[in-house]
Amino acid sequence: MSILVDKNTRVLTQGITGVTGQLHTRACKEYGTQMVGGVVPGKGGTDFERIPIFDTVEQARKSTGCNATVIYVPPAFAADAMLEAAAAGIELVICITEGIPILDMVKVKAYLAGTKSRLIGPNCPGIITPGECKIGIMPGYIHKPGDIGVVSRSGTLTYEAVYQLTQLGIGQSTCIGIGGDPIVGTTHIDALKLFNEDPKTRAVIMIGEIGGTAEEEAAEYIKQHFKKPVVAFIAGQTAPKGRRMGHAGAIISGGRGTAADKIAALKAAGITVAMSPADLGSTMKSVLESKK
Amino acid sequence: MNIHEYQAKQVLARFGVPVPKGQFATTPDEAAAAFTALGQPKAVVKAQIHAGGRGKAGGVKILTNASEVRDFAARLLGKPLVTHQTGPEGRVVRRVYVEEASNVARELYLGMLVDRKAGTVSVIASTAGGMDIEEVAAKTPEKILTEPINPMLGVAGFQARKIAFALGLKDKQVGQFAALLASLYRAFIETDASLIEINPLVVTAEDRVICLDAKMSFDDNGLFRHADIRELRDANEEDPAETEAAKYDLSYVHLDGNIGCMVNGAGLAMATMDIVKIYGAEPANFLDVGGGASTEKVAAAFHILLADKRVKGVLINIFGGIMRCDVLAQGVVEAAKQVKLNVPLVVRMEGTNVVEGKKILADSGIKVVTASDMADAARRIVKEIGA
Repeated sequence: MSILVDKNTRVLTQGITGVTGQLHTRACKEYGTQMVGGVVPGKGGTDFERIPIFDTVEQARKSTGCNATVIYVPPAFAADAMLEAAAAGIELVICITEGIPILDMVKVKAYLAGTKSRLIGPNCPGIITPGECKIGIMPGYIHKPGDIGVVSRSGTLTYEAVYQLTQLGIGQSTCIGIGGDPIVGTTHIDALKLFNEDPKTRAVIMIGEIGGTAEEEAAEYIKQHFKKPVVAFIAGQTAPKGRRMGHAGAIISGGRGTAADKIAALKAAGITVAMSPADLGSTMKSVLESKK
Repeated sequence: MNIHEYQAKQVLARFGVPVPKGQFATTPDEAAAAFTALGQPKAVVKAQIHAGGRGKAGGVKILTNASEVRDFAARLLGKPLVTHQTGPEGRVVRRVYVEEASNVARELYLGMLVDRKAGTVSVIASTAGGMDIEEVAAKTPEKILTEPINPMLGVAGFQARKIAFALGLKDKQVGQFAALLASLYRAFIETDASLIEINPLVVTAEDRVICLDAKMSFDDNGLFRHADIRELRDANEEDPAETEAAKYDLSYVHLDGNIGCMVNGAGLAMATMDIVKIYGAEPANFLDVGGGASTEKVAAAFHILLADKRVKGVLINIFGGIMRCDVLAQGVVEAAKQVKLNVPLVVRMEGTNVVEGKKILADSGIKVVTASDMADAARRIVKEIGA
């Protein structure tokens, strides 16, 4: 078991002929993911390395029976790609694209609320169930099948956490990058709910960062409902106020969204917080040992 | 991206938002001419910098003749103005805004921002106008009304009335406010704004509802579709190193420490700053070279780091996913050849092509300390600079 994706997931790539789309479609296929089709308007009927290309998501859905799609199209067109995927009824929409105007996301979020589609991202590395299905840009080889769930707003910092776990011989059930933008489809709480229901997941690493109050809300949820141990880390303890730290969502505004506030909320909810990013794996290891 | 008050008022006026008449000036003579052109018995002269608190700092004055305006402008222009938001060095005033004075009866607060929690644009309104809204929110949250706007509908009439009544507006002020709010929302949406702050929104003695001050920020991700807004950028208000970094599509934020950091990915970059601090030193910057950085981009990043004279050592932390370690190493070697590297350099690399990357560094002849993991990297750089 795992959450959201497994060996039966059939994946479409929107923007399959772009440089990024090509590179990662190939890498995901090599990892073992079922990459069943691509969409590029105007290139329907051709193929990318024997993966059929369609003009519209609707056609691709009918022909391939895909139930997930990954979006690599440029920021100006990404919102439209997400809307198209949801309109075609694709259950899981993963948007990797960084730099999407936030007001586009406001519209996408409102539209998706009335559909059955779940959005992951944008501005995220994607999702992976090690050994079964990798959708996105994360390096596959650092992962190891196992029973730790990972949820994070950051890409490379997730790799860091996963790598530390794998080095210690601890595998992962599913790792999900929810994205660094202020408005994302799946939040920390959404991911935690799924991990809570997944019998395979034994514990969760949650990686947050400065900006917004999503981690505080997650802390409250964990305190009330979450049945498994959680190890957390918050990036940006040294970040100044009012400055956007790379991610569009990583900004301390109006004195809210500081690392200190988030860490305090997490600790108050009984969550083990790793103070150093170098201790993510070892902190999880000691938490697991104490539960034995 | 932020813009000046006078620019924000020009943008808002284009959408029909009521603002006082005014003109900006870059010299004392222009300011005096602007006063004469207004043809009013009195005018407000306001220093234009990207920071609040100008009034308390002496950057705003009501004046009644052209020669007073000239003198006041001469006192402001070309000199730094220090407010509680600028830091002790202040910001140099390069423009003043000369505006018709209003007869203020009431001061209110009106804001509009992207509300991450609601996933919408929300209106923030308060009767506590002219005050620091963050302080109002902290001390008297009941004085703040937040109203989320449905993106499919825009501002509904009942929402505008609800806010108007909460602000204590009455009679024809309510209709004026509703029109103002609708125009403000249209300005927000059509310019890809991220924040509009009208503080204060005023009711005049003549019963008009107008924007006495205006602050606008824009979503950097939306600027590509607004050439007119991009032109409003004032490079003087930005850190030159950050402007330089933006040319190479590097995400850089200048900080006060002495360890230069180069990292791929925003989260890892913040975490790297944090671990430097844990080991007892302070980061000189946030720098995310991004996912698919080229050799040139890495070299440019290295130049920017070393141009900061306070940097006593450089820490590179790369977890190669899309980013390949050999490309990173090549960029570092090239940059180190161009600039004379005279500070310690610690490199931690992991991920795609790490073996090739380490070999390039080892064969380059540059003095590099390699680290096995993040903690080791932080420990080593702190030791190297002798902090």
